Amino acid sequence: MKNDIIISGVGGQGILSIAAVIGLAALENNLLMKQAEVHGMSQRGGDVYSHFRLSDKPVLSDLIPLGKADLIISVEPMESLRYLPWLSDLGWLVTNSNPYINIPEYPKVEEILKEIKKIKNNVIVDADSIARDAGSVRAGNIVILGAASPFIDMPFESIENAVRNLFRRKGDDIVEINLKALNAGRQFSRG
Amino acid sequence: MKKLLLLGDEAIAQAALDAGLSGMYAYPGTPSTEIMEYIQLSKTASEQNIHREWSANEKTAMEAALGMSYAGKRAMVAMKHVGLNVASDSFINSAITGVNGGLIVVSADDPSMHSSQNEQDSRFYGKFAFVPCFEPSNQQEAYDMVFDAFELSEKYRLPVLLRITTRLAHSRARVELVKHNLPEKKLKLPSDPLQFVLLPALARKKYRTLLSSYESMKYDARISKYNSFSDGTRRELGVITCGIAYNYLMENLNEVPVDLPVLKICVYPFPADLVKEITNRCHEILVLEEGYPVIEEGLRGILDSGIKIQGRLDGTVPREGELNPSIVAKALGLPVSYGRCVPGLVQMRPPSFCKGCGHADTFNALIDAIKPFGQGRVFSDIGCYTLAALPPFNAINSCVDMGASVTMAIGAADAGLFPSVAVVGDSTFTHSGMTGLLDAVSKNSPVTIIISDNLTTGMTGGQKSQATGRLEKICSGIGVETDHIRSIVPLRKNHEENVRIMKEEFEYKGVSVIISSRECIQTASKRKKAEAYE
Repeated sequence: MKNDIIISGVGGQGILSIAAVIGLAALENNLLMKQAEVHGMSQRGGDVYSHFRLSDKPVLSDLIPLGKADLIISVEPMESLRYLPWLSDLGWLVTNSNPYINIPEYPKVEEILKEIKKIKNNVIVDADSIARDAGSVRAGNIVILGAASPFIDMPFESIENAVRNLFRRKGDDIVEINLKALNAGRQFSRG
Repeated sequence: MKKLLLLGDEAIAQAALDAGLSGMYAYPGTPSTEIMEYIQLSKTASEQNIHREWSANEKTAMEAALGMSYAGKRAMVAMKHVGLNVASDSFINSAITGVNGGLIVVSADDPSMHSSQNEQDSRFYGKFAFVPCFEPSNQQEAYDMVFDAFELSEKYRLPVLLRITTRLAHSRARVELVKHNLPEKKLKLPSDPLQFVLLPALARKKYRTLLSSYESMKYDARISKYNSFSDGTRRELGVITCGIAYNYLMENLNEVPVDLPVLKICVYPFPADLVKEITNRCHEILVLEEGYPVIEEGLRGILDSGIKIQGRLDGTVPREGELNPSIVAKALGLPVSYGRCVPGLVQMRPPSFCKGCGHADTFNALIDAIKPFGQGRVFSDIGCYTLAALPPFNAINSCVDMGASVTMAIGAADAGLFPSVAVVGDSTFTHSGMTGLLDAVSKNSPVTIIISDNLTTGMTGGQKSQATGRLEKICSGIGVETDHIRSIVPLRKNHEENVRIMKEEFEYKGVSVIISSRECIQTASKRKKAEAYE
């Protein structure tokens, strides 16, 4: 088993929480992993990404080779396109449809979505509104993780457990909202 | 066996705690910051009261760690690569004095300059100072090496350099911990009371000792378990690799099994004997190293002809920037896969000021205040506020090294530039700006120094700033006239007043300091969340 995942977004959008959930679930499943993160200057509203490599055999490189990623999980639509050189022919691209506009020349959203739809295996999810329905727009990142979960080779229950563990410290309400968000995202993806 | 999921930085911190560390010293700097942060959050560290406060800069951190070592205890000091420039005076001399308790100096290099001003390679410093250098290839090695580095440090009574790079520092993997932690060392003074006294006559003797032990360090590197040679059947090409580059090589050899002889070097000074094992076997050598061509240059120096050496110097590997598995595949002549091209509509998204950031309001006032004089008069420094170089601000003209804003403004004023303005962050000011301010006061330079004070060390994630609550006192203590230490609050509603105050101080023909204070909105929101949680 091998899952090479790129998680992308804009600094502050919670991509490290997505990575943390997958990491906890991987521990529960006794999988090996390496996860390269971006810290420092780019976290101030710049593009950020994480390379997440999951396997039942030892993972060698911390970075995914070009063309070898099985999955891109993006919290922002334009950012999902930035990592296409890494996506394999059969890879999936799961992205939020809601743009994060903090630059003057941000392209037209319809044009971005058109480019995303050129990828055969794509899922475009309106994570903001699904998260709002689940109880908080801030759970958008977990909606997207839910939508990507069918393409991660781990039992869904272990991802649910990881969400529980990660948010436990913040109280039962937050745990419930995020579990709802995760399930709604998964539901969306599976149709 | 206890296993944890740790960043490379965290693995080093955990290992230091498990190896009987008594003091951690550091100044925040990407990608090294998480080492100290991990120790600050550690329960063990707080129960054992292990020293874990931030230092004012890397030099004070290095010297305090040396003091801890003088007293016989194990100490670690961590910094980013350019921080080692700041600490280099004490680092290089600490190799001459030697140490008492084990001392590890961690330098985190940032090839490709993700968050830095250059991509210098700390391994040069190891060679420069004649000390052993460890370079882990993965998180587990980072953990294990700390134990060996402390031991080697105590064996040679020398500081040991631990060099990591961004991808290891900020990549997480499972790390297996030792079963039994080592206890802290007891306070024990050096047996020679003059060990740390570098009077020339004593220093000459010590330097000779250092040079002679460098030869045995090479032997230790040769037999180190982290340096290994695995032979292959192929003779056309052998690969020498070090640090994290080893993983990129193995990633490729795992995909396309090619039976190449591989020499892995992770402990320096690099062992010539081991190098000759592979160079004697192969017609060509490919050198893969993250950073500068340190080993490659060494090889080319040893072998003036006969064997072809490929690496960064002949263009087989790009001369600059970090490595990755695809670059290594290309260097090996293996096919390189590629997904799809990035569509043309995708725009760059550089970092920018957070919404509501106080630095932005400070620059908005400065832009209006300096407009009548024209552009090209603002020297700045290293921190989030360097983002003012980008549009729409275009407000600063320099960012060189910690504290350089103050002193460059002085030099430009000496040349006749008027007004000559420095913008420096609070933590950068106490790191290396205060001595420059003393220069300005001593000769009454006509400069205006704006301290953009966000009450934290912001860019590295909000570590405690030593300047907080002390800036007025520091400036008046250094000798700035109290009438010309002005405090402002960078808020849009104060804009007109702030512009007026800046203009007044530009006109003053002496040293002025404007302290523009408002809490970083990131740390403010973290603080409020933490308060609500309690």
